[in-house]
Amino acid sequence: MMWTNVKRVVRAGFVGFWRNGFVSLASVLVMTVTLFVIGSVIFLLATLDASLNNLKSKVDVNVYLTTTAAEEEIMSLKTLLEALPEVKTVSYVTREQALENFKNRHQNDAPILEALKEVPDNPLSAVLNIVAKDPGQYEAIANFLKSDNALSKNQQVIVRKVNYDDNKTAIAVLSRIIDSAKRLGLAVTLVLVIISLLIIFNTIRLAIYTAREEISVMRLVGASNKYIRGPFVISGVIYGVLAGALTLMIFYPLTYWLGSATENFFSGINVYRYYILNFGQIFGIIMGSGVLLGAVSSYLAVRRYLNV
Amino acid sequence: MIYFDNVSKIYSDDCAALSNVTLTVTPKEFVSIVGHSGAGKTTLIKMILAEERPTKGRVFFESTDVHLLKKRQMNLLRRRIGTVFQDFRLLPNKTSYENIAFAMEAAGRIDEEIESDVPHVLELVGLGKKIWSFPHELSGGEKQRVAIARAIVNQPDVIIADEPTGNLDPINTYEIIQILKKINDLGTTVILTTHNKGVIDSVGRRVITMENGKIIRDDKEGKYSL
Repeated sequence: MMWTNVKRVVRAGFVGFWRNGFVSLASVLVMTVTLFVIGSVIFLLATLDASLNNLKSKVDVNVYLTTTAAEEEIMSLKTLLEALPEVKTVSYVTREQALENFKNRHQNDAPILEALKEVPDNPLSAVLNIVAKDPGQYEAIANFLKSDNALSKNQQVIVRKVNYDDNKTAIAVLSRIIDSAKRLGLAVTLVLVIISLLIIFNTIRLAIYTAREEISVMRLVGASNKYIRGPFVISGVIYGVLAGALTLMIFYPLTYWLGSATENFFSGINVYRYYILNFGQIFGIIMGSGVLLGAVSSYLAVRRYLNV
Repeated sequence: MIYFDNVSKIYSDDCAALSNVTLTVTPKEFVSIVGHSGAGKTTLIKMILAEERPTKGRVFFESTDVHLLKKRQMNLLRRRIGTVFQDFRLLPNKTSYENIAFAMEAAGRIDEEIESDVPHVLELVGLGKKIWSFPHELSGGEKQRVAIARAIVNQPDVIIADEPTGNLDPINTYEIIQILKKINDLGTTVILTTHNKGVIDSVGRRVITMENGKIIRDDKEGKYSL
């Protein structure tokens, strides 16, 4: 009997969806629009995240070491720094490399290259380039470098200069911008998702409002609440699946079209590639939201007319 | 079988739909309830189906107080009562067949029973040819026949017909009443409300006359007298 009922409910759900053609079409379209908004939010967040990460990785601190510092002393400082929880990466630029970089940078500047030739030894010091996990953490790293912990084994100062103090304000401003951008992104997401939920819920409520007489007739012939509600919930799920599929289909050409534009504009992320690479996840979110919202909205909307 | 024990229904201070109604309907009876609009006929019927709660008094179906029933038991009770209304109340998106099948499915009947009973019962009300028509493709009289077929298909103990002929022409009215009489002859209790004089006089069974929420007459083989 259980199985028969499930079969009947599912069939009634499909038949109801089909015969209420216009209402179903309208519901699917509205749901598609709102799922599209949810999908856009996913892309928006991904772009924002990539841009912010890109920005973050551009912030770094250089530690200029004394020219006399020995290789192993530098390496042990590097290990020490890498062990700090705030530090993401430390890269070591040897004195020779620093000279090479300097020469490259100034290859069209003859007087400087001439001046360099006059100097007997390599005047440049080795550099440790530090990237922190979060821009707000540079101060702690700079403080560490100023403390006795950064001294070499025989208590010699090998750190000549840390350029944190020069860049302090810029880093602070940047990290504030990144923080507010994140918070703004979250707020926008929340508002859009809540609006989408309300729109879907109300659309389905309207669709079921047109069937309230029907529900009262079903109650009158003694149908159980579950049996009345089932087909509506199934119809809601169908709305969700169709709207989800439609949304995913719209995103394919759209992201393809926007792909290169976003890549150039927002340093690094191509929404088309992002869509293809994360298709499973995006499919899950869009379809899942559609089906869940369709089912839950229908369930709640029918409940209103069952309580008599 | 149905017993009203001093039932009152008061909507607001100066509007009593029913006041102190006591009434017994015995099995296999054909009871007509007559009265002007607003006399309380429909309220009386809604009480039996537990669609309305009485302000005072109790309503019994057999030995159970219908207003003390839980939802599940109420559904079981409603399956024992077939209902027919003036406005037909068919499911608009279902064919004649499906409308009747729905009532059987709701009652938990198996597919084989549904497949054999639905055409049979439609034949009984004279609609064998309109089995796959939607309500909007049927005339008023035909819709009412579908409604009656749906009401009787689960072999209920009682048929409640609330102004079933209100929207029908005289010929259809006559035929619908004949169908109800036939159902009653087969052993089902019928409660009919109407304000159609011709209907009452042609039935020639028990007539209860209501006015302003009170029963003012109860005649064994009554005529319409308002």
